[in-house]
Amino acid sequence: MVEMVSRPYERAFRDYAVANPEVLCLSADLTSSCEIDKFRDDHPEQFLSLGMAEQNMLSFAGGLGLAGYRPFIHSFGVFLYRRPYDQLMASIAYPRRKVRLMGFLPGVTTPGGMTHQAIEDIAVMRSIPNMTVLETGDATEVESICEAADSIDGPVYARVLRGAVPRLFDTPIRVGEIRELSAGDDILVVTSGITTEEAMRARTALDGAGVSIRHVHLHTIKPFNTAAMLDHMASVKGGVVTLENHVTEGGIGSLMAEIIADHGLGKKLVRLGLKDTYAHGGSRPYLMNHYGLDAIALVRGIEALTGDRYGITEEDLEAVRVEAVHSNVKAEGL
Amino acid sequence: MSDAASALPNERTSEDVALGIRRRVFEHTIRNNGGYLSQACSSAEQLAWLYNEELNLGDPTLPMVPKPFGGVPSADNPEYHTGAGYNGPASPAYDRLFIAPAHYALVAYATLIEVGRMAPEGLEMFNQDGSSVEQIGAEHSPGMEVHNGTLGIGLSTGAGLAWGRKKKGESGRVWVYMSDGELQEGQTWEAIQAAAHHRIDNLYAIMDVNRQQCDGAMTSVMEVRDIQAKMEAFGAKVVWIDGHDLDAMREAVKTPHRGQPLIILANTSPFRGMPSLQLRFPRLHYVRFKREDERAKMNRDIARSLGIEPIDYA
Repeated sequence: MVEMVSRPYERAFRDYAVANPEVLCLSADLTSSCEIDKFRDDHPEQFLSLGMAEQNMLSFAGGLGLAGYRPFIHSFGVFLYRRPYDQLMASIAYPRRKVRLMGFLPGVTTPGGMTHQAIEDIAVMRSIPNMTVLETGDATEVESICEAADSIDGPVYARVLRGAVPRLFDTPIRVGEIRELSAGDDILVVTSGITTEEAMRARTALDGAGVSIRHVHLHTIKPFNTAAMLDHMASVKGGVVTLENHVTEGGIGSLMAEIIADHGLGKKLVRLGLKDTYAHGGSRPYLMNHYGLDAIALVRGIEALTGDRYGITEEDLEAVRVEAVHSNVKAEGL
Repeated sequence: MSDAASALPNERTSEDVALGIRRRVFEHTIRNNGGYLSQACSSAEQLAWLYNEELNLGDPTLPMVPKPFGGVPSADNPEYHTGAGYNGPASPAYDRLFIAPAHYALVAYATLIEVGRMAPEGLEMFNQDGSSVEQIGAEHSPGMEVHNGTLGIGLSTGAGLAWGRKKKGESGRVWVYMSDGELQEGQTWEAIQAAAHHRIDNLYAIMDVNRQQCDGAMTSVMEVRDIQAKMEAFGAKVVWIDGHDLDAMREAVKTPHRGQPLIILANTSPFRGMPSLQLRFPRLHYVRFKREDERAKMNRDIARSLGIEPIDYA
């Protein structure tokens, strides 16, 4: 049974910010939802409430950067770039301010529907010059995200998990590293964020079916370690499957397509994720199943790649973790 | 069970509808141990007044028991429709309503039930996987016509629709139900400015001024200062009322506002009808009881305030 860690960001941010007084904590009316309510109460001198006014907050953070501070902006990921995109560009990305955008509830991890679900954030952020893009996939990565983000000389967008988060890894994020989770030689599976746990659920069944999977996990999406990925691609006889909590355009699936094409590898690629569609409100397991972001979708994607059928069903996969809709580790119903 | 015939205005008093809204949202919150309960306290009279008296709406065009989620807008989804049919058809003479703070959806759904526009079973579908009755009202959710879950966009959309309807000579008005937290978003001010500039006087808003937001009391998060003076400076006609006083609403809407949008500022209490909720201040945005003894006590106390038996949630 995987260890579940309660609110890893809350402790990690506090420890990091207390040790680094030039770090400031900014919030836009989602303070408890982003697990920084205790920090606000205990360290008011390092906390700035900017209200429900994201456009102002981003340019304000640019000004703080100009003054020598390193603001960590906390909100749902979607609110950090859709409305204040112009401010993100002009006040933060262009002048390379050391602003750390902590985006909570990435992709379908929120039941809040279209307006709350950041499903194209990776595509947007990857295309912004000067931007670094990180994504957490387990509690250890959440625990190390502040230090990793703050090590970057420029702006950073990070997808952050909150609440009860599984611990999958025992080493912190080292920016630029690619985690190798299994070293097979048939198919390369590339995941990031919450889809890594899904791929791990499918591993035993795929092993049993005789498919040798090389599974790698990405916490650093930009800048990307292309050399390491080329080695992984060269280590498998077959193609590549990506599974992402994101639309299949512009995210890690597209990133793999670019690498394959740029280097003339001629590898077949199956990109799994939201297929040119918005999502809607619902629980995370339901949405992951409905939109094909879960372990069984990965199995079917590998079958599509190889043309084989492994006879694997939902029952063969390890149990889905079931989260209560109203859990004490969540600030509201979202 | 309700049927469409009971939707006729004034069959029930708006006081009675407001009480029904509070009871339904309370029951839902206790049963599920979570809900946007304080919003029912502050907004019940305003939503009751709109739906039971003020809005000119036709009979619902969608089934009393909501259909499941039918997919998002797409060229491949020709059957797609919004939830606006619960407010009746979009005919020229009828009014339109947007619920700008989409997290008030639970209260809005309870209102639809109380005025006979949705079956009580609809509320049991709330936040269920595959249901259209979403926690944050989506545009396919009952009574909704546009997405408003990203706060501050409702009044702008209302202004655009109102301008278009006026140009087409439609007599129906556009109403936007708003919350005061939206005042922190710059877009709200841009909307008022544009509505005044274009003399959009078929645009009406009523704002639940309960002074609460997700983080707590608005004064502790971001002060918005003198709302009326600011709105008037941006060009709206503004009337302050007691947001629980139905007669005040009936009078306020008669205020002349030629060439200007009319905004009714409803001064409200987030505990109205459920005084025990004061114990949770300032954690009112989303009410969930962390301890069983608190849940049980709130169940007894609030049920008594609402004149009903405690909810059997075991």
